[in-house]
Amino acid sequence: MEADATRVVASGVRFQRLVAANRRTDIMMASIGILVLMVASALLASVLVDLILTGWPRLINPDFYTNFPSRKPEQAGIISAMVGTALVMLVTAVVSVPLAVAAGIYLEEYAPKNWLSDIIDINVSNLAGVPSIIYGLLALGLFVYGFGLGETILTAGLVLALLILPVIIVATREAIRSIPRDLREAAYGLGADKWQTVSHYVLPAARPGILTGTIVGLARAIGEAAPVITIGALTFIAFLPPPPVQSTPPFVNFDWLTSPFTVMPIQLFNWVSRPQAEFHINAAATGVVLMVMTLAMNGLAIYIRYQLRKHQRS
Amino acid sequence: MKSPIHFATAAFAAAIAATPLMAAELVKVDGSSTVFPVTEAVAEEFQKAEKGQTMVTVGISGTGGGFKKFCRGETDATGASRPIKAEEVALCKENGIEYIELPAALDALTVVINPKNDWVDFLTVDELKTMWEPAAQDTIKNWNQIRDGFPDRPLKLFGAGTDSGTYDYFVEAIIGEKSSRGDFTASEDDNVLVQGVASDVDAIGFFGLAYYEENQGKLKAVPISWKGADPVSPSVETAKNATYQPLSRPIFMYVNKKSADEKPHVVRFMEFYLSTEHAPELVKEVGYVPLPDKAYEMAQAKLAARTTGTVFEGAEVGVGVEELLARTPK
Repeated sequence: MEADATRVVASGVRFQRLVAANRRTDIMMASIGILVLMVASALLASVLVDLILTGWPRLINPDFYTNFPSRKPEQAGIISAMVGTALVMLVTAVVSVPLAVAAGIYLEEYAPKNWLSDIIDINVSNLAGVPSIIYGLLALGLFVYGFGLGETILTAGLVLALLILPVIIVATREAIRSIPRDLREAAYGLGADKWQTVSHYVLPAARPGILTGTIVGLARAIGEAAPVITIGALTFIAFLPPPPVQSTPPFVNFDWLTSPFTVMPIQLFNWVSRPQAEFHINAAATGVVLMVMTLAMNGLAIYIRYQLRKHQRS
Repeated sequence: MKSPIHFATAAFAAAIAATPLMAAELVKVDGSSTVFPVTEAVAEEFQKAEKGQTMVTVGISGTGGGFKKFCRGETDATGASRPIKAEEVALCKENGIEYIELPAALDALTVVINPKNDWVDFLTVDELKTMWEPAAQDTIKNWNQIRDGFPDRPLKLFGAGTDSGTYDYFVEAIIGEKSSRGDFTASEDDNVLVQGVASDVDAIGFFGLAYYEENQGKLKAVPISWKGADPVSPSVETAKNATYQPLSRPIFMYVNKKSADEKPHVVRFMEFYLSTEHAPELVKEVGYVPLPDKAYEMAQAKLAARTTGTVFEGAEVGVGVEELLARTPK
């Protein structure tokens, strides 16, 4: 009896020690995580603060947002670049998200496990690592000359869509894979067929992951200059594309798709390389606006996610 | 995923509500980023003068990229920081594109050192060649190898990226070959070179005059002696009167003859570009050297006569812009 009691006590002590050791590891990992997070945030914050401080005189000047580029740094503005970036990103999002999500669903849910799927699989992962200038050259040959789409907003939107397809496909697949098997089994059990299961249960559950992938992809696309220059984006342009909405029927207008354009990163790049220090101030201010546009895009995605969740519950 | 897309569409559309319509008349210009500031300045003023009737768009595909588009007939004019190359002449010919070669402005490639460098008062072209030629790689590493009396200090070289027209011209003018030594700090961004030379006493580098003039407190320009002549400092005057040689160079605009014949607004744009009334002031404002008045007149005449072809046979250096304009193109 006594021996048994000792054994129980001993094992209890051992158990407590184990718990304490695990807790120490937990705390250590958590602190490392927080440290890494803080370093990353501090880096981003310092870049942003530096840009804001440098670009402040331009950021507070409303002309900066409504003027076209100019040789005079104090009069130069980013209206054409802002509109260009917004329209190009619109095309990119509309083209890439449905395509990538469809591809992700197919690869995860429908594709038979054979060598062909494996090849597609490997290719998608590899494409995510291809330098963006390669996409630019592809688009120059295929879209600009091959399809005759010209140096337009449509071409730029398409090339950036291609660029971020792999990112969103991979994110979609990860998101779908993380859905518990039980959910599917439950749907099948109620008599749902494959498509009903995917569209009613799997996709809604995977939405946060897909949206996150979309944000990451679009945030990459918005900062790209190289492929957009390759397909012939302009640097100086003092008019805007025709507006996509009009007051007369049919109220929408797609002429803007074929308009010449410029985008924010090109404008930024051009100003950074100028000799005059005043242009560097403009470049910093452009950097801030670009970051704000990216944040706004993320904010929009988070808002959409929030709205979708509310709908799901009700 | 339908509703978020619709939402995004609506949001973007709302963000860009009031927008003016596209103009009917368009002048399409592409080409060198070195020529870009001049073309941008001219385009801005030209559009104002035309009261919105004519719009100008300017890209920066680079001199080579610009010629590729130009020789396919996609642009009305293209900027070039070097004369058209033989293969580009051939490409244009293949596509039946005739071109008018016009000078846009002058630039003085400036050799710069750190202000604390007290041993260099001037350099000869031969000394620069000793520094930069391919044979110097891994052997010329010290200032005292350049000239007797220079101190025993390491030589640190900064220069333009090998893809640029600036690099091409410098190498051609100084070494007379197609390439230089490879072991120097190269950057496509001249501001990086400015920082490099400004922070290192032993450094020497080269770039366009504008980058020196904007950073005069941080850099010292080196007077250059060519063919035994007295050393000449780079400046707007010495570039304009062609005494700063061989590093003064014209930068160019190539105009499609068909565009000039069929589109009066393209001609009006180039006339504006070459007018003594507007051009010298605009060129100076963006940091380049205007052409001499006579050269503007000669260029106007060349445009009016639609004289096509290039006056360059391979690369040439140290030739004044008036002499170039007086030549009959091939």
